[in-house]
Amino acid sequence: MTDRYSPLNRIHVAAGASFTDFAGWQMPVRYSSDLAEHHAVRTAAGIFDLSHMGEIFVVGPEAADALDYALAGKLSATVVGQAKYSLLLDRTGGIIDDLVVYRTGDDRFMVVANASNREVVAAELLERTSPFECEVFDESDELALIAVQGPRSREILVATDGFAIEGGHPDGRDVGEKLAELKYYRALSGSFRTRPVLIARTGYTGEDGFELYVSPDHAEELWNALTESGTPLGLVPAGLASRDTLRLEAGMPLYGHELGAETFPVQAGLGRVVATATKGDFVGREAVEAGPNPDARTLVGLVAEGKRAARADYEIFASDDSTDVIGVVTSGALSPTLGIPIAMAYVDAAFATPDTVVSIDIRGKRLSYRVTSLPFYRAKKD
Amino acid sequence: MATESELQYTSEHEWVLVEGTTATVGITAYAAEKLGDVVFVDLPDVGTSLANGSIVGEIESTKSVGELFAPVDGTVLEKNSAVEDTPELVNSDPLGEGWLIKIEFTELPPLLSFDEYTALLGE
Repeated sequence: MTDRYSPLNRIHVAAGASFTDFAGWQMPVRYSSDLAEHHAVRTAAGIFDLSHMGEIFVVGPEAADALDYALAGKLSATVVGQAKYSLLLDRTGGIIDDLVVYRTGDDRFMVVANASNREVVAAELLERTSPFECEVFDESDELALIAVQGPRSREILVATDGFAIEGGHPDGRDVGEKLAELKYYRALSGSFRTRPVLIARTGYTGEDGFELYVSPDHAEELWNALTESGTPLGLVPAGLASRDTLRLEAGMPLYGHELGAETFPVQAGLGRVVATATKGDFVGREAVEAGPNPDARTLVGLVAEGKRAARADYEIFASDDSTDVIGVVTSGALSPTLGIPIAMAYVDAAFATPDTVVSIDIRGKRLSYRVTSLPFYRAKKD
Repeated sequence: MATESELQYTSEHEWVLVEGTTATVGITAYAAEKLGDVVFVDLPDVGTSLANGSIVGEIESTKSVGELFAPVDGTVLEKNSAVEDTPELVNSDPLGEGWLIKIEFTELPPLLSFDEYTALLGE
């Protein structure tokens, strides 16, 4: 049931967006055309409202140690201004949520959770960090999130008047330089027209881009300013439909599709996210070290010819004339950039080698798919 | 091209234009909008006999797959090859160039009027 509205809802309605219910939020699924929005992000830029995401702060002298215990990664190894992709595991090694954690101070972290998992992440963090000297605040309702994604993103931020970087020039004359220096998965504290903003070089599209965290009552002004300066550079508002095809092409997992309580990180290709070798006890450690069954399914990319796309939950078979189910599709679409059907899927270990040919039942017709490494699409570096 | 008030409709969000014993079939603007950008259309071949209510084709968007139901018993007279080559016609002109198939029928089942269809959407 939809009962939550983004602080930018009025703007989306005025822009003629179509809406979808996403974890109880009414969010824009597309404004005019999801294909056009997808292509705009690949060639110029798109602006996304992601205010439904959860932001949970862990603050205190032992915040870093607390997160080392609560999460899969070694957050204590991050420096201020660094972001890290991490996982909240349960005791059996399953994935409760995937997260991006920003270290915004020596004793301060912002944990960004999927909208559908905000409550469970906040509750788990509160419980897991209770032995440590730190506090947990769910600030999700106090923060809006606007993402600008695409090769022209930096140009658009620089062309938008009103940004200043903390410790930089108050009139913002050095913003261009600071943004150019900002590396991927790093963030800067700053202001937009005197109000605080966290500017992160992160995203979920496979392109260069920024994610901007601001207070909800300031979100409209920031959205409008970015849109005004960005439109001449090709920026378009983009909805969740294009976000999904963009992340799929980039081989990025989506909670509820590629990740879930039944998935071990290593099956999803996320073994590197779990810091078993470099830190002490953490929730899920024993289970992750024991690992899944040796024949557990593993996440692969799949490509086919033609236009008929396999979708989530379609069964995968060993060959066109086989009835042995060897896997299941978790996400699939006709790739807007590549023009071919692509999918992510879990398959039995014996079928996970690149170039293995498998067969998918696409609504009654079998189609051959070929296993390939992820991602399907990689942005050109400039 | 007929106006939307001259067309008849089904509860599966298809429109039907009846001329003599020929029914031209497409999906409504509402259905096209719900699907999103159509990227692939799979239509039955000319000569295929169709049973009212059966699934005879697919309209696929980036997000999802819509099914094409036969709104009448009959035989496929023609399929819109333009829409197979350019699926976005379903979005840009669902009631016109985005038509899908023409069916030769013997008997017309009850269909919805524009007002009835509009009322259905309002529910």
